[in-house]
Amino acid sequence: MVDPIKRDEFWHLDPPLLAGLILLCGLSLLILYSAGGEDLSLLFRQGVRVVIGFAVLFALAQVPPETLSRWSPHIFGIGLGLLALVLLVGIVGKGAQRWLNLGLFRFQPAEVMKLGVPMMVAWLLTRQTLPPGWRDVLIALVIVVAPVLLVVLQPDLGTAVLIAVSGLIAIFLAGLRWRYMLLALAALAAAGPFTWSMLHEYQQSRIVTLFDPWSDPLGAGYHTIQSIIAVGSGGVYGKGWLNGSQSQLEFIPERGTDFVFAVFGEEFGLIGAVLLISLYIFVTGRGIYISFYARDTFSRLVAGSLALTFFFYLFVNVGMVSGILPVVGIPLPLVSYGGTSMVTLMAGFGILMSIHTHKKFMPK
Amino acid sequence: MDELTLKDYLRETSIIQSRLMFAAVIGVILVVVLVLRLFYLQVDQHQHYATLSQDNRIRLVPIPPVRGQIYDRNGVILAENLPVYTLEVTPDRVGNIDILLQQVGQLVELSEKDLERFNETLRARPGFEAQTLKAGLTDDEVGRFAVNQHRFDGIELRARLQRHYPLGAELVHVVGYVGRISEADLGRIDRAAYRGTDYIGKLGIEDRYEEILLGKVGYEQVETNAHGRVVRTLARTSPVAGGNVHLNIDTQLQQVARESLGEFEGAVVAVEPRTGAVMAFVSNPVYDPNPFVNGIDTKSYKVLRESPARPLLNRALNGRYAPGSTIKGLFALAALENHRSPEYAVYCPGWFSLKGSRHRYRCWKRTGHGSMNLYNAIVQSCDVYFYQLAHSLGIDKLHEFLTRYGLGRITGIDLEGEPSGLVPSKDWKRRVKGQPWYPGETVITGIGQGYTLVTPLQLATVTATLANRGKRIRPRLVQIIEEPQAKNRQVLPPEMLEKVKFGNDQHYERVIHALTDVVHGQRGTARRVGRGAEYRFAGKTGTAQVIGIAQGARYDEKKIAKRFRDHSLFIAFAPVGDPRIAVAVIAENGGSGSRTAAPIARRVMDYFLTGSVEPLVPPKSKMTEARDGRPDQT
Repeated sequence: MVDPIKRDEFWHLDPPLLAGLILLCGLSLLILYSAGGEDLSLLFRQGVRVVIGFAVLFALAQVPPETLSRWSPHIFGIGLGLLALVLLVGIVGKGAQRWLNLGLFRFQPAEVMKLGVPMMVAWLLTRQTLPPGWRDVLIALVIVVAPVLLVVLQPDLGTAVLIAVSGLIAIFLAGLRWRYMLLALAALAAAGPFTWSMLHEYQQSRIVTLFDPWSDPLGAGYHTIQSIIAVGSGGVYGKGWLNGSQSQLEFIPERGTDFVFAVFGEEFGLIGAVLLISLYIFVTGRGIYISFYARDTFSRLVAGSLALTFFFYLFVNVGMVSGILPVVGIPLPLVSYGGTSMVTLMAGFGILMSIHTHKKFMPK
Repeated sequence: MDELTLKDYLRETSIIQSRLMFAAVIGVILVVVLVLRLFYLQVDQHQHYATLSQDNRIRLVPIPPVRGQIYDRNGVILAENLPVYTLEVTPDRVGNIDILLQQVGQLVELSEKDLERFNETLRARPGFEAQTLKAGLTDDEVGRFAVNQHRFDGIELRARLQRHYPLGAELVHVVGYVGRISEADLGRIDRAAYRGTDYIGKLGIEDRYEEILLGKVGYEQVETNAHGRVVRTLARTSPVAGGNVHLNIDTQLQQVARESLGEFEGAVVAVEPRTGAVMAFVSNPVYDPNPFVNGIDTKSYKVLRESPARPLLNRALNGRYAPGSTIKGLFALAALENHRSPEYAVYCPGWFSLKGSRHRYRCWKRTGHGSMNLYNAIVQSCDVYFYQLAHSLGIDKLHEFLTRYGLGRITGIDLEGEPSGLVPSKDWKRRVKGQPWYPGETVITGIGQGYTLVTPLQLATVTATLANRGKRIRPRLVQIIEEPQAKNRQVLPPEMLEKVKFGNDQHYERVIHALTDVVHGQRGTARRVGRGAEYRFAGKTGTAQVIGIAQGARYDEKKIAKRFRDHSLFIAFAPVGDPRIAVAVIAENGGSGSRTAAPIARRVMDYFLTGSVEPLVPPKSKMTEARDGRPDQT
């Protein structure tokens, strides 16, 4: 394997990826200034998170992949324990129990699992030669399903989906046989009705109104309709920064968090939206590239899973805001206002950089 | 690094890399889907969503117009808009409404009705809109609340315009009142025109001239946020104030008339014959319309509704009475029009009988008038003459004649709910009662008894027609409609109800001559009332029976309960040569026309024509008043 990248390591950071992330975080501050009603204290808090995020990124980038691999079972185990704890003593917010109060700050253990699950799956599967046998696949599925169930119980559908997807992508990348996948799809189709009955009423209504948001324009369809109106009214060039009436007059609900893309689409139009998506594609692409040229299988699996999950974030969020996917509460990665998710993502990118910059040709 | 692991590693690498490629292809497809969707929303459907977003933020807020005022003919204000202090609550800005109401209740008296109404609007209207908690705070309450204002977020003291009737009860039967828009009203009005307006005319002029008084609602185009709060005003269309209405009513004349009516229940209507202008329109008793504006409480309303004097009844408009002898002038005219000689004489022995019947129809003068021609029959109000006249003309002719003069038909006054009264005919009786017409019924029709029913307004209108020598003019309360903003002042011209006047002028002069001598002649039934008048007037007394008197029995006022006593009627116009006022007076249970109703009419005419009235004589007890041979009877 020849590494095409020059080894001019700068504290184990990957300059192209870093540039993409800095751009995204900059855009986040820009759009949150508008969405948050020009509230500087809100911007400051987000800025602090960005700084913490980059600090975490920097720290993790220094950790060699083999160490990460060794940590994987521990991270997963601790994460699982915290998830159980949160159900027992967690803080209730917005009808869900997601938070642990750690005195200084509140903490969502589910976030840990966004990294813990793909790492654990990669660690598990790389103990045997790929592609994995059915036994390993079953164990890997248990590793994925256990935390997902705990998160669903909180309930936090969005995060559960993300955790599941990160784990499943890892299994997929590991070379899961196509016929298993077809089997799984068939099983999923069969389990559909059961899953439906497990969903919360607000989640069900969100899915129903996805197909016809106008059937309940002031109730379950309100989020989607106002969001679509915002995006659509933005047109090609947008209404201009701070000029989106849907955003500034508070018609878009959760415009700082899950629906921040609607604000972006309204104020910067199609051109802005496509540029933003391009930036995400760039970051994802860089992640895939890192995975492609990773030095070992564990790193390859973790990097690929993190990069593709990041893209999945984007797709689901933009799909939700533009009304082709149900409202599941997945924020726009790095741009939406919020702490834990930002730190987790940055940690993930830290791992990517570590993988890319610790490049001794050393298969296990 | 043995070969096997290297081989495994290379195989693993190629598996993952091919899977990465596969995922990348899927990713590209998904990106294309997203971009197509964005293109669809932002380019293809842009116009649609741009419109929706515009509709989202722009809202029309109605600005209610100021209701037009009502004046009398001299500019006296009858209905105005006064600023009143209201307490208004914006529910969204209040934490716990129950606690708030309790606290406010300690400063301002909140009646159960206030609370009930507030709770109703609370349910019906959006929480970001201010809602009236109490209207019409007293100065004390305003002071007490203003000092404590800082304690209450979301509750405001505001000055609003509210309808007020400065003369109170005096003109309630003319002006009417406004009230809050009811469910029933909502069904029939154009809701857009009433946006922001809480009141609607319910009665009288307020009701009839609602369209003019209401004005036109204005709008403010405001930008609102998602919570409906106004961010800024974008455009404004000012409301157009309602038109002012000037009545023909002369408030002072109205007051003189009602004062003269005193304790009697009844009505006085004064019309200007030439124009049809209604200058006095009294129905007694009256009641204060002001409590009705914000909804009268059930208890007070019950008192009004159940009062035996029936103050809610507009007697001048809706009261229906037998005209009694006041109708004799018209029948005299009918006789002449039907070619009966004025000198044709009827002998009055004190009673009249139909051929082949032993029933005696008595004349009010039991001893009889002797030989009576038309003139004497009117002046002395001989019943027998008119019994005979009615009998000889027949009911169908009488019906036709009275109908031609507007009886049995609405006058067309500008008030809602006018009844037509009743002029009987053979047809009518067959249709309504399913019975044939009896000749005896024609006989009593001749002296205005029986089925015939007229309203005081009809009597005044007929009197005006007599004064006009046959020209029928529509009676009208409103004289001028004035729209100050449109600089439009419309004086309503007199309106003739029939194109031609009826009858022969000579016949009118003959009848009017006789009617004049009713009050000015030596033997006139109302000669006492004509005494000392500075002008000459024509009049006719009437006494309408309330209960039938048995054959051979005597009417004895003293022995009859007040409510069964005869109604006292009088019609008059003055001056005879150039009539400027026609009056009809009905005093319920007032006894004879000459004694009660005639002096009231005289005072009204005195005031109108000379500007002064004699002070009211403290009314002698009606029970003990000497009857001095009843010269003034019917």
